[in-house]
Amino acid sequence: MVPTSVPITYTSGEQIEVYRFSIPVTVGVPLLALFLQAFVPRRFPFFSIFDLPLLVTIFFGMARRNPISGLFTGAAIGLAQDMLGAYPIGIYGIAKTVVGYGASSLGAKLDVENAGARLLVTLGFYLVHAAVYFTVARGMVNMTLNWSWSRGILAGLANAVLGVGLYFLLDKFKQRT
Amino acid sequence: METVLGRYRNLTILVGVLFLQLLGLAVQVKRSGDAESTRLIRIWAVDTITPFERVLVLAQNGTANLWHNYFFLRGVRAENRQLKQQIEQMRLEQVRLSEDAGQARRLQQLLAFKEQIIAKTVPAQVIGSSGSDLSRSIYIDKGSNEGIATDMAVISAGGIVGKVLRVYPSTSLVLMINDQTSGVGAMLEKSRLQGVLKGTPDGAVILERVMSDEEVAPGDTVLSSGGDQIFPKGLAVGTVTKVSPGREMFLKIEVKPAADLSRLEEVLVVTEKQERNAVVDSGTRVRAADILAQRLPSVPEKPAVPATTVGPGAPGNTKVISPGQNTNAAAKAPATATGSVKPDSVQHIAGSPAPKVESGLSAVSPAAGSAVRHDSGDDADGSSQPTATPAPKKVIPKAASGDAASSAGSPNAAGSNATSSPVKPAAQPKPPVSQPSPKPPVADDGPH
Repeated sequence: MVPTSVPITYTSGEQIEVYRFSIPVTVGVPLLALFLQAFVPRRFPFFSIFDLPLLVTIFFGMARRNPISGLFTGAAIGLAQDMLGAYPIGIYGIAKTVVGYGASSLGAKLDVENAGARLLVTLGFYLVHAAVYFTVARGMVNMTLNWSWSRGILAGLANAVLGVGLYFLLDKFKQRT
Repeated sequence: METVLGRYRNLTILVGVLFLQLLGLAVQVKRSGDAESTRLIRIWAVDTITPFERVLVLAQNGTANLWHNYFFLRGVRAENRQLKQQIEQMRLEQVRLSEDAGQARRLQQLLAFKEQIIAKTVPAQVIGSSGSDLSRSIYIDKGSNEGIATDMAVISAGGIVGKVLRVYPSTSLVLMINDQTSGVGAMLEKSRLQGVLKGTPDGAVILERVMSDEEVAPGDTVLSSGGDQIFPKGLAVGTVTKVSPGREMFLKIEVKPAADLSRLEEVLVVTEKQERNAVVDSGTRVRAADILAQRLPSVPEKPAVPATTVGPGAPGNTKVISPGQNTNAAAKAPATATGSVKPDSVQHIAGSPAPKVESGLSAVSPAAGSAVRHDSGDDADGSSQPTATPAPKKVIPKAASGDAASSAGSPNAAGSNATSSPVKPAAQPKPPVSQPSPKPPVADDGPH
């Protein structure tokens, strides 16, 4: 059934299903995301608009619904992404820590299992991620970055669309607690 | 206190984790340029990801090679033919350029110039990127095991690519020139104005520090200036695409990189540069006539009895070549030889009209135009002998052909060579003085 509205509903703690993942999925999916993020843009430059590690962070955060777990997942994925880059380690780490914490906190309070909610949540967290990255990069590392709302929203939408598909794929790996 | 921490446990941990990361970041920023502090954990990350990239690149290349080398061979013959023609043209062009370069070297030697040359390079394959839209850096499959070190220049066939930022045992991270933290000493080819080439956050490349009262136009070529001590001077950097007023008194010059930075597959890492005094190359030089002789299949080999080496204006052998040979050969010959060719003996094939040179060729040597074969003679001094070259229809007496032989590369000779002008007496010999190579002459268009 195709949802006609975006049902982001406040749910009680009892209604929320908390999922967990096997160790291979917990380790392998973020690694695969990092690998694809590093490899694919060299062949298909347009792919650099996507941020697969961010999508994976949001997915695990929302599925586990545990803020501590979410923030550590975000920190680990972000730091790993930093290690592959040319800039100081921690910029992505901080941004993804915030996103992981936010996604899991939101997942604990809202029903984000449907496509519409996931689209909006991903778009929102993409912008949050970009804002934190921008702030840290400019404020601490003294990088020259130009904030562009149009680009941010376009990239956020592209990531949200990809994220919706990706989340449904990753749903297969969910295990009920 | 415990109640507060317990109540806001999640938030407390978040703040703690963020604080730790900020602290780590601050330490790295303070130790700017010290990559050793984070080297170990970077190695872990790189060693985890890059093996998969290597395998994929290998598999991809294997498949591509299989397809291109065995299945997709349609049009290869035509392409091969075209490339051969291109090579011939380029070889002839090379002769002209080597003359210019030789002259430049001689002048540099006179002025005791130091020149920097690329002594050794290591080819490497691009296996991945940094995985960030904001960081323009790539991973290559060569590292310290292959002699790569930080701050080595990375170039491609198109132009400069970047510099080695970090080195791991079997991989290296290359910071590309369009990254916002990169900086390359660059200059404009025509005006020789120097500036600093930098990347922008959106991946464009701009040339900074050029004063706004200077004249810079779109299309100008940008070269490396060598001022950064990383890239040797004179490498292609890019082309100016847009010029606009920038901040303060400087121009904002947008540059399109010569290398396609988004589609790099193979690069060269400059592992060794040498600085030496300019040296005039005294080795065996390729003459335009030799090249022509090689590429004229119908022209017979050198005669068994070599012609006597003679000076400028001395008599030589001139023969007339048969028509078919002459026309075909000449038509294919976009020679651009200038200056140094000073043949002693020239063969023209009997019965032929004055040779025809394809119109539209930008630079055609007299030798090519007349299907001249220069049999012997070594031009050690490199000086040109601008003398008229007749293209007789009959066998010319040896005594009369000396000036004809020495015509290659002369602007004057260009026209006269293609025409069947009467044989003139030998031209006045000139002393072997290094002169600027004249622009390649454009030959007359047909037999006269």
